[in-house]
Amino acid sequence: MSKTITIDGTNIPFEDGQTIMEAATAAGVYIPHLCHHPEYIPHGSCKLCTVKVNGRICSACTFPAMEGQDVLNNTKELTDDRRKITQMLFVEGNHFCPSCEKTGNCQLQAVAYHLNMLDDHFPLFYPNREVDASHADVMIDHNRCIFCTLCVRASQQKDGKNVFAISGRGINRHLIINSESGLLKDTDLDATDQAAHICPTGAILIKRTGYQVPIGERIYDHQEIDQVSLETEHLQHGE
Amino acid sequence: MKQFIQDLAETNGSQPTHLLQILRGVQSRYHYIPEAAIEQIAELLNISRTQIISVVEFYSFFHLTPRGQYELLISDSITDHMLGKHSITDYLSEKLNVAVGEVRHDGLVSLDNTSCTGMCDQGPAGLVNGYALTRLDRPRIDQIADLINHQKPLDLWPSELFQVADNIIKPGLLLNQPVNHGSSLQAAFARGLQETLTEIDKSGLRGRGGAGYNTAWKWHLCYEGPEENAFCDVATHGQPQRYVICNADEGEPGTFKDRVLLNSFAHQVFEGMTLCAAIIGAQQGFLYLRAEYLHLYEKLQSVLAERRSSGLLGDNILEKGLNFDIEICLGAGAYICGEESALIESLEGKMGIPRNRPPYPVTEGYLGKPTVVNNVETFMAAASIAVNGGDWFAGVGTEKSKGAKILSICGDCPRPGIYEYPFGTSIQSVLNDCGASDVLGVQIGGPSGTFISNKEFDRKLAFEDLATGGSFIVFNSSRNILDIVNNFTHFFAHESCGFCTPCRVGTSLLKKQLDKIIDGHGSAGDVVALEELCKLIKNHSHCGLGQTAANPVLTTLQRYPELYQSRLKEISYEPGFDLDGALETARRMAKRNDSGAHLAQVEEEL
Repeated sequence: MSKTITIDGTNIPFEDGQTIMEAATAAGVYIPHLCHHPEYIPHGSCKLCTVKVNGRICSACTFPAMEGQDVLNNTKELTDDRRKITQMLFVEGNHFCPSCEKTGNCQLQAVAYHLNMLDDHFPLFYPNREVDASHADVMIDHNRCIFCTLCVRASQQKDGKNVFAISGRGINRHLIINSESGLLKDTDLDATDQAAHICPTGAILIKRTGYQVPIGERIYDHQEIDQVSLETEHLQHGE
Repeated sequence: MKQFIQDLAETNGSQPTHLLQILRGVQSRYHYIPEAAIEQIAELLNISRTQIISVVEFYSFFHLTPRGQYELLISDSITDHMLGKHSITDYLSEKLNVAVGEVRHDGLVSLDNTSCTGMCDQGPAGLVNGYALTRLDRPRIDQIADLINHQKPLDLWPSELFQVADNIIKPGLLLNQPVNHGSSLQAAFARGLQETLTEIDKSGLRGRGGAGYNTAWKWHLCYEGPEENAFCDVATHGQPQRYVICNADEGEPGTFKDRVLLNSFAHQVFEGMTLCAAIIGAQQGFLYLRAEYLHLYEKLQSVLAERRSSGLLGDNILEKGLNFDIEICLGAGAYICGEESALIESLEGKMGIPRNRPPYPVTEGYLGKPTVVNNVETFMAAASIAVNGGDWFAGVGTEKSKGAKILSICGDCPRPGIYEYPFGTSIQSVLNDCGASDVLGVQIGGPSGTFISNKEFDRKLAFEDLATGGSFIVFNSSRNILDIVNNFTHFFAHESCGFCTPCRVGTSLLKKQLDKIIDGHGSAGDVVALEELCKLIKNHSHCGLGQTAANPVLTTLQRYPELYQSRLKEISYEPGFDLDGALETARRMAKRNDSGAHLAQVEEEL
């Protein structure tokens, strides 16, 4: 007899040790997220996966599923808040979707559409951030970094390297590169590394591939992120 | 430098956990962390350079570029402001010919602001190379400027500049009867350790840092930790699997009681930690001391040494087979490290970022081992309870808040200092004792707490009414509430660790939105937007910092909505930035400043 939680009134089975996110994904329930990826230790920082567990606000990606949990996920209140959190991510960086080569393949953009985000809502910060195009095959546009640490985790946990780290405090948080020059060209990063491909935004890009798939034929051009996410992450969670 | 750093690393056992202590040494010697030092430390500790850089960039007292040989910092607490911080800083800046935030051209001195240094009863206060300066006034600044310009080493400066008074005005339950050295431990061993935990449980003691978690329950959860279930059997107790941490990162603006407890009651605090170690079966303890209390460091070390030589610390304590020792670790300027899991991260040599919970520190704390983290005052109370029994403590206070609370009272009152009250005492009687008059309101529990108006002084100090970690700031009717809220809101934006989106971005947005209203650029919807933003930050932030960062706005908006409304312009919308100001660069480039080069933002106000 498997244990269950409820999400928006539906019974969802879970196994001991699973998070709410894992149980939900395995059961085909999408919970918006950006810093979470099923192959990596959860980080819990973007707060898009905020759910209400028995009235208390929790991050679904880190909170363990437990018998007796009544989880609210797809409610107007949570969607409104998630939209505002997404807007926060937009205004703190410099995200110009029409001119970004990641457009259509970008999870930040896709989740914003999914949450029906139609404007920035908050005043823009217009921070001064650099572009690091020093590496032969990979470039970093710091303007688009949302500090999800997926590249940090991928490099450490999958590639067996340690190319990235997050530094600084508060609104001055920023991505740093593990080389004496601080530049990507002086690291051991390869274009084939997981860390070079995992960025949910257009902050880390593989050079000379940006427009190989034309706009209009990209991942989120014909499918919403909930559908894509469940299709690609379902197996990883539900093994 | 190579030799210096090598020695420094060796003194710290070349352990990555001691990264902050090593960087403190480097910063203190070179007044910044040079690139060569980063390389060398990375090699010696076998950690990545990025780990070192991230730590340097996280803590306020580390710098990647040189600061002055005399690093001057002025406390930016609201109470320092009320004591004349602005004019003192201006005078200092003028006397030393250095702007705030800058290093003087000759590299001798740098000047900057810093978050509350915990000297609110004797401000305006500051720090020079980490050591506390109190009661700054013009004569003292003349003196300091002279000493710096003559490059007098700090140890030759007159000691009165560094004098820190305890100012214990009204002692109560704990402060009136400190326990004799060793008597808590003797009582606990005589009674039995399990029985002593029962006494602590009976006392109803709750954590004194502010959150108020039941202390006995925390200790119980720690020894019951999943990976072992040994309890109290100190004679056969094996490896150091558990840790005791005393949280002396007293960063809440307006709080300074731990400073006084550590200055005058350190034995009892250490005794409380040792008692906890005996009960939960820990062999190692840490006192995490905020960097601003560097002046206490040597004294605390000598108290530890004294306890070791009298058999109250170290191997086989009181010949009862208990092995336990305490190490003092200094912070480096980060309010967030007062949050227990951030504190543990910091003790492990990392950025102070609060962990995801569960697991809680009682099951997975320092180095993943079960850990008790308690406030200074909690350990002190536990030591008293071990001697006097649970009923002695539980006989005082209210139903849900047993015992007494030590307050740090400051702001507009003639007798600032330390006061101890049974829980349940009314705010009015506290105000009477400290001599406050013409009171506008009181900030209870610091910026993260509650602002109460003068219509609420019959409310009580208690977890069930007004909880406080000790901060009690009095404001008289000459004060402007929006100035207070502004100071607090900027504080939180500065101290946010940046881990989660709602707090990282939200506290900065809140600062902007509040500035917009206070500066008179707000329009009709702006107070509503302010409140919405507050709720978002409060509900969705990762830890207590974000969850309370909007309290200054929320608690005053609730009480004085007209104050916010009165700042709004009578137009339907104004953007979040100064339209005309945005043209300044263009005007400079065009070398124009005539009226045609300015944008009229409002229809001519007639």
